[in-house]
Amino acid sequence: MTTRISNELTRRALLMTGSAFALLSPAPAVALTNAAARGLVDDLVGEINRVIARGGSLPGMIRDFEKIFARYADVAIIARSTLGPDARRASPAQMRAFVEAFRGYIARKYGKRFQEFVGGRIEVQGVRQVKTWHEVISTAYLRGEAPFEVKFLVSDRSGRNLFFDMVIEGISMRLSEKTEIGAMLDANRGDIDRLIADLRRAG
Amino acid sequence: MRVMSTSIKSYAARFVLLGAVGAMTACSPAPPATGINDPWEASNRRMHAFNKSVDRNILGPAGGSYVTVLPEPVVTTVGNFAGNLATPSVVVNNVLQADARGAFTNSFRFVLNTTLGMGGLFDVATMAGINEVETDFGETLHVWGAGEGNYVELPVLGPSTERDAVGRIVDLFTNPLGYVLSEPEKYAGPVASVAKRLGDRGRYSQTVGSVLHESADSYAQGRSTYLQNRRYQLGGGAAATGDPYDDPYAATGDPYDDPYLQ
Repeated sequence: MTTRISNELTRRALLMTGSAFALLSPAPAVALTNAAARGLVDDLVGEINRVIARGGSLPGMIRDFEKIFARYADVAIIARSTLGPDARRASPAQMRAFVEAFRGYIARKYGKRFQEFVGGRIEVQGVRQVKTWHEVISTAYLRGEAPFEVKFLVSDRSGRNLFFDMVIEGISMRLSEKTEIGAMLDANRGDIDRLIADLRRAG
Repeated sequence: MRVMSTSIKSYAARFVLLGAVGAMTACSPAPPATGINDPWEASNRRMHAFNKSVDRNILGPAGGSYVTVLPEPVVTTVGNFAGNLATPSVVVNNVLQADARGAFTNSFRFVLNTTLGMGGLFDVATMAGINEVETDFGETLHVWGAGEGNYVELPVLGPSTERDAVGRIVDLFTNPLGYVLSEPEKYAGPVASVAKRLGDRGRYSQTVGSVLHESADSYAQGRSTYLQNRRYQLGGGAAATGDPYDDPYAATGDPYDDPYLQ
């Protein structure tokens, strides 16, 4: 009986020492990427929190958001994915123009919404690897509302650590925009140039 | 008093019956739904056009003036009051889902807010960090094993699924307060919840407006948003147009294969 207890204790002690060492020793590759993904979102959230703490004019906030989006998001892959299979028939020049127009559109559309966040904050909670990317889980605390979950999906496949989706309470920005871009393309009878022209005015 | 106890009895009888129905159906949650099942798209779109006009002409303006005429604290107070009166219905659903923790948390919230929160005018529970464990009869059906069914757009209420539409109808009867309160008081809850809805419409006018009146196809956008969020609430990871993890770039396969590796 005594032996069993002391064995248990030793095992627990060992486990604890082990995990303490794991924290101290250089992290393995996966943990590093986890840390890198979290680091990216920490920086991103820091910038967002600064903007919503400062407040200011609408055009100013849209500009701020566009800068943040361009720096932290994988705009090219998000834009391309919202086009779906139609991306294949776009020429490189059309694709460049589309990505450019998409960036401005997202900045206007979501930058406007930033005003509702003034006085709120986002806190990063944790990170986990999912297939080839990392999911950084955070909580948004807005005034007069129950806290809600915001996930950032981060990948380094572009060569840099960038987020390629933002999921608010299960609602994916990328999937929602895919529906939107798909509807705009339909409205333009599949004409990518006219879609780009529409996108420059939208948001 | 006698009337009250009879109605409690009939209420209890109904729920024993419902529980039995639940026990008969396979008691494991339905697998998370994926994709969009919308065979009634044509009639749903007609309903959507109607809902949009209701929003533009009635709900939007009413919600807008509701929040401009009344100061923000009043709007919040009415919302709290409605939320508190709806809590017993949420507890009933927690119980039907065998979610003891949720039932306890929500009951505790109800007691706190009804007493310290002056009859529910102040949401002291949330201030103390005790957040509501939200649920409804649609989720109860999901826990009992009912699948989502087809997508439906309900009059005025908007996006739903067959299962959740049934849930909304049943939830009209799951609030014990509706059975124990007498005549004028029993209408306080429903009236307050209509007021709360107006308040929410006013407060989230930009969000609602951007989906309903600024989307290229507001029907498709509303459907996608609803299904993604609902599936997330019910614990499924899959989003409306496919799992973003599995298939971020749809027909082009792996997100990064295409653009970066070619």
